[in-house]
Amino acid sequence: MRKANLTFHALRECNKAMQTRYAVDRFVKYLLLLSALVSIFVVFLIGLFTLREGWVAFREIGLRALLTGRVWRPGRDEFGLLAMIAGSVLVTIGAMLLGVPLALGCAVFLAEVAPPGVRAIVRPAVELLAGIPSVVYGLFGMVVLVPLVRCIPVPGNTGYGLLSASIVLAVMILPTITNIAEDAIRAVPRAYREGALALGATRWQTIVSVTLPAARSGIVAAIILGVGRALGETMAMIMVIGNSVIVPRPLNDNPLTIFLSQARTLTGNIAVEINYATGLHESAIFATGAVLFVLIMIVNSAAHILIQGKAK
Amino acid sequence: MSAHSITSRPCAERAASPLRSNLASRHLTQKVAFALLWLAGLVAVGALLAVVGYVVSHGAQVLSLDFLLTAPRGGLSGEGGVSTTIVTTFYLALLTIAIAAPLGVGAAVYLVEYADEIQGRVIRLLVGLARFGVETLAGVPSIIFGLFGYALFVAAMHFGFSLLSAGLAGACLILPLIIRATEEALRTVPRSYREGSLALGTTKWQTVWGVVLPAALPGIITSIVLSVGRVASETAVFYVTLGGSYRMPTSLLSGGRTMALHVYYLAMETRAFDKAMGTGAILILSIILINAIINYLSRRLTMRE
Amino acid sequence: MYLERNSKSLLILTGLLVLAMLATVVGCQSTPTPQIPGPAPTSTLTVGQPAPTAEPTEETEFESTPDPTPTPAPDGTQITEAGSTTVQPLAEKLAEAFSAQHPDVEITVQGGGSSVGVKSAGEGTVDVGAASREIKESELQEFPDLQIFTIARDGIAIVAHPDVPVDGLTKELVKDIFAGEITNWNEVGGPDKLIVVVSREEGSGTRAAFEEMVMGKEGPPIVDTAILQPSNGAVRTTVSTTPDSIAFLSFGYLDESVKTLTIDGVEPTEANAASGDYPIVRPLNLLTNGEPTGVVEAWLDFILSAEGQAIVVEEGYIAVK
Repeated sequence: MRKANLTFHALRECNKAMQTRYAVDRFVKYLLLLSALVSIFVVFLIGLFTLREGWVAFREIGLRALLTGRVWRPGRDEFGLLAMIAGSVLVTIGAMLLGVPLALGCAVFLAEVAPPGVRAIVRPAVELLAGIPSVVYGLFGMVVLVPLVRCIPVPGNTGYGLLSASIVLAVMILPTITNIAEDAIRAVPRAYREGALALGATRWQTIVSVTLPAARSGIVAAIILGVGRALGETMAMIMVIGNSVIVPRPLNDNPLTIFLSQARTLTGNIAVEINYATGLHESAIFATGAVLFVLIMIVNSAAHILIQGKAK
Repeated sequence: MSAHSITSRPCAERAASPLRSNLASRHLTQKVAFALLWLAGLVAVGALLAVVGYVVSHGAQVLSLDFLLTAPRGGLSGEGGVSTTIVTTFYLALLTIAIAAPLGVGAAVYLVEYADEIQGRVIRLLVGLARFGVETLAGVPSIIFGLFGYALFVAAMHFGFSLLSAGLAGACLILPLIIRATEEALRTVPRSYREGSLALGTTKWQTVWGVVLPAALPGIITSIVLSVGRVASETAVFYVTLGGSYRMPTSLLSGGRTMALHVYYLAMETRAFDKAMGTGAILILSIILINAIINYLSRRLTMRE
Repeated sequence: MYLERNSKSLLILTGLLVLAMLATVVGCQSTPTPQIPGPAPTSTLTVGQPAPTAEPTEETEFESTPDPTPTPAPDGTQITEAGSTTVQPLAEKLAEAFSAQHPDVEITVQGGGSSVGVKSAGEGTVDVGAASREIKESELQEFPDLQIFTIARDGIAIVAHPDVPVDGLTKELVKDIFAGEITNWNEVGGPDKLIVVVSREEGSGTRAAFEEMVMGKEGPPIVDTAILQPSNGAVRTTVSTTPDSIAFLSFGYLDESVKTLTIDGVEPTEANAASGDYPIVRPLNLLTNGEPTGVVEAWLDFILSAEGQAIVVEEGYIAVK
């Protein structure tokens, strides 16, 4: 009888300990869920505050006037973001035109072509590019790139403008795209490559017709991330792009010279004026932030749909 | 494409066609393509050398122990050194990590370990929202974090331009970074670890705390070190939340200047371009150090496998 | 087992962290006392809108600043100043000098722009506001108790890239150039090159003063193809490195990297500005809400005294007495 009693007590103790552990387990689970929800909470707060501060501008100026107005003169209460939207979009396009081939080339190089010794140098170099502060890029652009771009003999070319900004931006987004694209390319199963090579294709043919298509979703994701980064860059932009509130247009008959035009980005608009803005002006700055936020959300969602669609 | 064409051409034609020159032309294409790829790699390294070289060559002359240990004194000639900015950067990094790391690691743990077993529809929805939140947050530009930090922490909550406002805004910035990297680290922990622990009778949480997290620790530390690097080089967020004071911060509510901000102010407001470059050089060297630490740690991690 | 292998890397990391912390402690303690005899300068340089609360920031003595020798100071020990970034460096120097004589007074100097300076002073968010331009009628209407103290005068020079062969312009020509009416240097006696106009952004007090005095209150706006830079220093860098460029720049920022142009035949020097010969001069104003009292009054008196004005001249501005 005593033995049974002891066992019973032991079991009860054990049971209590177990119950505490399970209770702790459940408590922790919900605690962790809470921390996971912090991020969506922050997103919500950001949206809330940006809209709240920008609401006055939206109400007073009107969404259409804000988005399509060509004139931004806070001194006369004129707030139009068209020039900034055009500037942001164009500089991103420029950065993509320059940066995507370069970055993908680097990614393929690192994943397929580079011997291990060279890879050990180039890969850290690309990672290091990501670590350089944007201020440094901006200064380098201002003092080195702008005079170089100015050498292009087109009248009206001051060096400051979309081209200089696109070059700087391309270098800044290179590590982002290269990193993810390289991972995607490496993830392609060896069997794919070996199959193509067995059929008599050269390594390059394999890369172009087998490996890259197989890594497509990762590469697209990398590019989309690059676009987001380009749209969001601020400090480097305000130092090389000129900040003139004009809708960029070609400087002569050659349409390519649109890239020699000065411009202002949405991000630059915020950074350059936030220190001086009061009242309606300040609200317009927040409205700029809201427009930027929405633009990036659109790009991200489009990317999501694209990738998910391809996955199916 | 080309691979297909080789097998789809009729046999006789193939035998008769100049197979060698076909191969030769494909090899030529490959040579050209590979040369271009090498060029891409070279351009990347070249860009790095150009930027770093420029900064170091223009800034090296001001670098000295004195420069590191003296406080900035302001004025139009940018007198003084950078000591207070180093300290501010350090404190700010510490603060953002202190806020973001527990939240980020906790979130990642939940998303990896717990989220998949959930049955309830409400919680499934919440989990979906959480994942969407992380992805969205990762894509928000830093100036928006700055604006948000200004509107919420500096103005609405009356923290003013302070380490606190900047720390909170910075924490929001690096949160998705930590969550993503921790998720990856957790996913590399082999299932056998978890199963073994559970088989021994531990609860889920005990397994996570005692087995999975320690195993994922190098990856988590890597993500934290990466975030420190991010905070050190970030400018836009702190530009509007930290104020521009170059004094030593004395409390959470005092403003300050990170090294990246100091570079900006020096270059823009003063004549001391060489000091701006010097500060930039220190920053870049710190980033190199941090990257080296990360590489060392991740090599330890893979050595373990 | 797995912990042992990771512990080495953890140890190294902890070691580095400890080293870093030691370094900062060492760094804190070797913050030297400045050249001016007395405690460390107490002025802060903050760019941006001032904190919306009226409460002064807490100053808990942490390390670095040594204990000041107390000198009896008038009521209150805190002055907050915000506004024009042009006045900022001057205000810092004036704050330093004042604090040297009254060590327990702490003066916080911030930026934010002239408009912010007027508004903060009018609303009482700060003790003293700074504006590098005349106060507008509308502002005086909004803040009727605003007291204006002109503490210095600042000339705005017209500068150009050093290689520009033109030596001087008239005010009218300057206005036409900045308005975009004149686009080529050969219209003003120079070579056949397009003029590159560089300016500050709209909220700048320097720009506002320039617009008022050169473009005219009802005059044309600055051409929108101008390159806009967010600070005087950036404007100077741009002009010194961009051929065929022209800009306006505060006297305090002039140096050999840019070429100054005479306006209506007058050289942009402090002497000419003081005598009134140089036409583009603007006041640097400090503003308070109502009559200043206590330590604020003491500081303003100091600034307007011979000693304060000597500092004004030293910084490259023009004294008001």
